[in-house]
Amino acid sequence: MVLEFEKDYLELYQKVDQLKRIYKLGNKEKEEELRKLQRELRKKAKELYRKLDPWDRVLLARHSQRPHTLDYINMIFRNFIELHGDRCFGDDRSIVAGFAYFESMPVAVIGHEKGKSTKEKMERNFGMPHPEGYRKAIRVAKLAEKYHMPVITFVDTPGAYPGIGAEERGQSEAIAESLYTFGYLKVPSVAVVIGEGGSGGALALAVANRVLMFENAIYSVISPEGCAAILWKDQSKVKEASLALKLTAQDLLRLGVIDYIVPEPLGASHIDPVRSARVLKYFLRKCIKQLLSKNTEEILRERIEKFGSMGVFLEQ
Amino acid sequence: MGILDRFFKKKKEEKESLWTKCPECKTILYMPELSANLKVCPKCNYHFPMSAKERVESLLDENAQLLFENILPKDPLRFKDTKPYKDRLKQAQEDTGLSEALVVVRGNLKDIHVVLAVMDFNFIGGSMGSVVGERFYRACKLCANEELPLISVITSGGARMQEGILSLMQMAKTSIGVGFLREKGVPYITVLTDPTMGGVSASFAFLGDVIMAEPKSLIGFAGPRVIEQTIKQQLPEGFQRAEFLLEKGMIDIVVHRKELKDTLYKLLSMATYWKRFNLTAL
Repeated sequence: MVLEFEKDYLELYQKVDQLKRIYKLGNKEKEEELRKLQRELRKKAKELYRKLDPWDRVLLARHSQRPHTLDYINMIFRNFIELHGDRCFGDDRSIVAGFAYFESMPVAVIGHEKGKSTKEKMERNFGMPHPEGYRKAIRVAKLAEKYHMPVITFVDTPGAYPGIGAEERGQSEAIAESLYTFGYLKVPSVAVVIGEGGSGGALALAVANRVLMFENAIYSVISPEGCAAILWKDQSKVKEASLALKLTAQDLLRLGVIDYIVPEPLGASHIDPVRSARVLKYFLRKCIKQLLSKNTEEILRERIEKFGSMGVFLEQ
Repeated sequence: MGILDRFFKKKKEEKESLWTKCPECKTILYMPELSANLKVCPKCNYHFPMSAKERVESLLDENAQLLFENILPKDPLRFKDTKPYKDRLKQAQEDTGLSEALVVVRGNLKDIHVVLAVMDFNFIGGSMGSVVGERFYRACKLCANEELPLISVITSGGARMQEGILSLMQMAKTSIGVGFLREKGVPYITVLTDPTMGGVSASFAFLGDVIMAEPKSLIGFAGPRVIEQTIKQQLPEGFQRAEFLLEKGMIDIVVHRKELKDTLYKLLSMATYWKRFNLTAL
């Protein structure tokens, strides 16, 4: 999938890539040309990505080649052991959870997974969890607490699944209980919005001591499509809605909802996932280091105060 | 005239007719009579929506006290769709006589001192923004500190879109608020009324120790229209109604409005018994 605004950039990117390969094979004559093109590429990227409007970022956040939770798990963690099931109804594959090593430290990792191929996307329900997904997340978070492990969550979902079974099995209750559980977790926690942070289904995995967000990720109370349909009564007003909702990382940092923006490589994460993972790893290390210096009581109090003070109102 | 009139600003003069039609059985009903019957259709038991004021009056004794009215809404995103959010707020305040969609009152339910948090659907669909979150959060803190039972009577379309991500964060905030009550062993009862949806349903509504619902209330996370569009089939009869949730094990009791006060009292007097008399079972 190639987005409209990244077409030119990608063409140039591929050219540079080709030249680089030729250069590396020993063709030193191309050096001058390569440098020139690289400069041009950088300039173009800066130009292009500076003027991205919120809707462009929505498209980037949903980009099919954007790295997902399992990609980051593979690139950042070692020895991932996935745990399955909610011990009640089933295993929801739109949420993955388990233990892994972060550097030399065992941690719990939990995240939405949208899937790559069409078949996998179907199996993972496009990253839209049912209640059993949240109950699995709660279960693994509780285990992490038992084993004194920090918890790292990845957020990437269009939202909790709107379906008959989901409602029958208590989607509301599962999300609410997840908010409560992650709110009162006795171990340090870091949440990363890597792609799409869609409403309550996203927040259910995003109540943490530190909340990070990738530069081109989005995080919103409702999808721009949903908002346009309800408030504008016109599905085509998605651009207006995405602007009004203030859903970009830059907006959210200003509103105090997130702690750090994780920069993406030029051209966004899907152009260079390895680099993206390396930057994220740096931020995770920094956050965990900050949190490990605190005791349980401080961890808990800090998180409660953080979310307890969210909101803007007038007090007379 | 209600006993709480001094607390609530006068509603805008309405050209309300004295007669209304029951949407369920189509009987023509005389308004004062309907109000005296707690807004329940005497023919078919259809529960008409109740305003926050009516709800408070139906549950608490006279000397109730309104709390946190000093917390008022702002427009942090300067949100504008077809209409600026500021105007919507003003309109809602004029229409309902309320300052926000959640009213917190402290008073006596018979002889038990409680705090009551009541939502009003007429205030922007009972949606949860920063003020609803903050008032609820403070109610939780108050109840935890003074060991007072908290009852919330809910009706809401969900999070308030016009406050964007900040309204989403209220889900986390209110859920953490409920934690204060759990920690202190303070009873927290929720009454879900028609409709209880979205972000409110998936936070403090479903975190109640005991969850009650009024008959036939629509309760769920996703709205029925969204579900229908997603799965592209018709929803079964009675789907997401209180009785359906009861059958699926998602709520405790479906209570007729006339029995709500007595049921709450019965439950609370048992739940607070040991503490009230400083007893422990062991």
